[in-house]
Amino acid sequence: MSLRQCIMAWSRLALLAGLTLVAGVVPSTEPQVARATDIAAPRATVSAMRRLTEAQYRSMIADVFGADIKVTGRFEPEIRMQGMLAASARTAGLTATTIENYEAMARIVAAQVIDPEHRARLVGCEPGPGDPVGRACAIAFFDRVGLRLYRRPLQPDERQLLVSSSLAAASRLGSFHQGLAAGLTAALIDLPVLFQVDHYVADPARPGSRTLDGWSRAARLSFLLWNTAPDEALLAAARSGALMSDAGLAAQVDRLLASPRFRDSGRAFFDDFLQLDGLASLSKDALLYPAFRAGVPAAAREQTLRTIAQLLYVEQGDYRTIFTSRRVAMNRTLSPLYRLPFPGHDWAMVDLPADDAHAGLMSQVGFLALHSHPGRTSPTLRGKAIREILLCEEVPTPPANVNFAIVQDTTNPQFKTTRERLSAHLDDEECASCHKRTDGIGLTFERFDGAGQYRTNENGEAIDTSGVFDKAPVADPVELGRAVGQSAKAAQCLVRSAYRFAAGRPLEATDQPFLARRDADFAASGYRIAPLFRAIVLDRDFFADPNGAVAGGPGRLARRR
Amino acid sequence: MAISLSRRGFLMRGTLGTAAVTVGLPFLDCFLDTNGTALAATLGGGALPVRFGTWFWGCGMIPERWTPKAVGEQFDLPPQLAPLAAHRKDISIVSGHGVALDGKSNVPHISGNIGFRTGTPMDNWQQIAGPTFDVPIADAIGSGSLYRSLELAADGDPRTTYSYRSATVVNASVPTALDLYHKVFGADFHDPNAAGFTPDPAVMVRRSVLSGITEQRRRLQGMLGAADKARVDQYFTAIREVEGKLALQLQKPPPAAACRVPDKPRELQPNADVAQRRENHRAMAELLAMALACNQTRVFNMAFSIASSDLRQAGEPTAYHQATHEEMIDRTLGYQPAVDRFATLSMEALAEFIAAMAAVPEGDGRLLDNMLIVAHSDVSFAKLHVLTGIPCVFAGKAGGRIRTGLHVTGTDQPASRIALTAQQAMGLSVDTWGTDSMRTNRPITELIAS
Repeated sequence: MSLRQCIMAWSRLALLAGLTLVAGVVPSTEPQVARATDIAAPRATVSAMRRLTEAQYRSMIADVFGADIKVTGRFEPEIRMQGMLAASARTAGLTATTIENYEAMARIVAAQVIDPEHRARLVGCEPGPGDPVGRACAIAFFDRVGLRLYRRPLQPDERQLLVSSSLAAASRLGSFHQGLAAGLTAALIDLPVLFQVDHYVADPARPGSRTLDGWSRAARLSFLLWNTAPDEALLAAARSGALMSDAGLAAQVDRLLASPRFRDSGRAFFDDFLQLDGLASLSKDALLYPAFRAGVPAAAREQTLRTIAQLLYVEQGDYRTIFTSRRVAMNRTLSPLYRLPFPGHDWAMVDLPADDAHAGLMSQVGFLALHSHPGRTSPTLRGKAIREILLCEEVPTPPANVNFAIVQDTTNPQFKTTRERLSAHLDDEECASCHKRTDGIGLTFERFDGAGQYRTNENGEAIDTSGVFDKAPVADPVELGRAVGQSAKAAQCLVRSAYRFAAGRPLEATDQPFLARRDADFAASGYRIAPLFRAIVLDRDFFADPNGAVAGGPGRLARRR
Repeated sequence: MAISLSRRGFLMRGTLGTAAVTVGLPFLDCFLDTNGTALAATLGGGALPVRFGTWFWGCGMIPERWTPKAVGEQFDLPPQLAPLAAHRKDISIVSGHGVALDGKSNVPHISGNIGFRTGTPMDNWQQIAGPTFDVPIADAIGSGSLYRSLELAADGDPRTTYSYRSATVVNASVPTALDLYHKVFGADFHDPNAAGFTPDPAVMVRRSVLSGITEQRRRLQGMLGAADKARVDQYFTAIREVEGKLALQLQKPPPAAACRVPDKPRELQPNADVAQRRENHRAMAELLAMALACNQTRVFNMAFSIASSDLRQAGEPTAYHQATHEEMIDRTLGYQPAVDRFATLSMEALAEFIAAMAAVPEGDGRLLDNMLIVAHSDVSFAKLHVLTGIPCVFAGKAGGRIRTGLHVTGTDQPASRIALTAQQAMGLSVDTWGTDSMRTNRPITELIAS
């Protein structure tokens, strides 16, 4: 076909598309975008496909093939929605670069699985007199590995494709194992492997409703509670039907929650909830903050996650304690920033002195440095982070024509400290409406510089740490931590964030009854994390088809696989 | 030749009433000849393909220090544009074009950038109404090369990107020069000027495997709801693009006389420090120039700094963005001196980028002559987040399609005219761009070579 003919063919398609538009149907392949201006917009259909996170993909590979199989490559950044990366898991799109990256990583994984060092353990068979081309070996391999990667038995045509692809590749490449690697690469980038695909069946307990089938339940439970693919016991429970009964489900949930691997889920949840991924690209001015060396941001992220793991997962403590506790995981990199001697071995839990200024999550180096400028503090950013991340409040963006005339002159002896300069905002009514909410709490941390290190004065002036939280005065970060931790908003925010994480989507108005039940559960449990997640997954609504509640009922839904 | 309509959803932008709509149209393989160059060759470059790219910097400029007073060919170069003096004949300055909000809020550093790039200002990127204007250009001219487009972030953060196919499909950036080298000139690279060529059977196998997956999963489409069908279609499109890339790797690449395989750059840790930023940017620009000259890509988006520019000078507590709001206007000078310095540094970086493209000889001229670079910012006067007169620089003659050596201005003209001009210069059959007050069917004709 000549280019001219080609262009004519394309033009005809364009014309067809135009006619379709006239008919009022937009044949877009793009997801519908909810707009803030929509009034009473219809509830969006919840996607049945949830993309695995980087951590989940890595854990799955390690669980299936062993921790010595390296996943080398770059995953694309995820999109944060309603404050959580997990909330975009059912909507984030794919590009060719995404697939290209997955394919490159899959080839690296597959090459390791079949290399001479690993093939005996991970493949376990090879062509021989009774199996001259290795068909039986390939079938056995993909049946075993496929169950773990697809989180369900391979369907006959799936198995057939993987085996025939492998043998065809083996023939072309002259190597059974190289062919097997090609087939494994295909599996590792297959859509049901990269995505959790929800499959619903009729709910025997609720006639007319639909619920996740056992295999989908196993995957959802495992990715939520262990941050990895289901283990063999969970898959066995799915196969036997045990996961479809209340008792069988509870038994598996309790097993997962009792395992140390529940901490992996905790790391993933709090890393997302606290937006610690920002530390990955954080840098500070080396001249102003020489102690904030290149390894500090990663160590600070690890410190927060390890401290939370110990307090909330190992010791199963009250969530509110993380706002006040002086017990913190410490390592060699961070101890100078806390003015502490190295504790002897990395990541020992240390008890800071009772009068130490650092107390609780909000005065850890990670939180303080992340919510500061590269060369100075920012009470506004710190206050905004507390409001938005820890309390799930929305702080409006500043007006575009904000007037800084009053506070521009940093050399004015009248405004020596950040507090004095920021207080000028409060003289402006438009600025004050937001800054009172952020600066009143952010200013209490002013004795921590932009790198999170303790200081007592700024430009020779003693630093005042007093502040206001929800109209109540607080003297310092310790009092603020206590006040924030005890506020109902902090507990509710944790519940809502946990549910976004569990559901893989933003919250909707119809979630309110479910969330109200969880608020009550969380309080009744003494604000413990494991009981909260247990209550989430054992609520019958958690596995219900989210599209079954919309007008039209479950009967209108397409069958999913 | 079979025409596949189900797996290839490429975007054609059209309009229905005043609303922009996005229509999935397949990009037909027949647009590409065996070397994937047929379409590009029709775009004005003759035997040489025409390339397109955007170059972004944050926090705009100080209007009286950036905007030329004289219009036309005799334009002056005010202090903030002075770094571009060496490229005066290769650039055109576009002033007086901005973003109209039509009552929408001006979310600082976001509304203006979204409005500039999509023609429809919104409060955040997750609400955008259509693709950024580089995407339809990439769909039209980028498909014959190994990479439909390359997104580059000089700040070292792959999340820094302003290239969106839709609200949920984001083109993530390559963050460092070393990453760019591995991506483009790594194991899959074939030197177009190498003497021999043997198709790699491993690549044949990879292509075959991808094809098998696609066929298997196509059955899913009939079983899923609308939202999931769209995602599965994205998956197919992505797989198909990778297949297409592998197909190209199985052919001897056409010779590219200007192509010189670059050396591997050293590892850099770019951050907000302007010196380190520029070093990473320079290294990325040089690699990109060779990626273009070696026919690895024809479209790119370079972000020198983020929209609320994070640049800072080592040892100074106040960074660029904070300075735009907080720095006193020097009563003697009449402007904010630190802000002026950062704005000028941004133009110095643009000059370095243009120089990297101009340094590559190609045909009878230079690589730059066969390119169009649209450089722009998110605001004009950052202190007040002004969206009128967002600064823009065109660089390169686009194979003879764009006039350079001009200052073109307007009064409250929509920046959508810039995006429309760029698309038409790249050969797209698009006659309108933008919505509401930003909707336009008027390209900037002064910039189009007759």
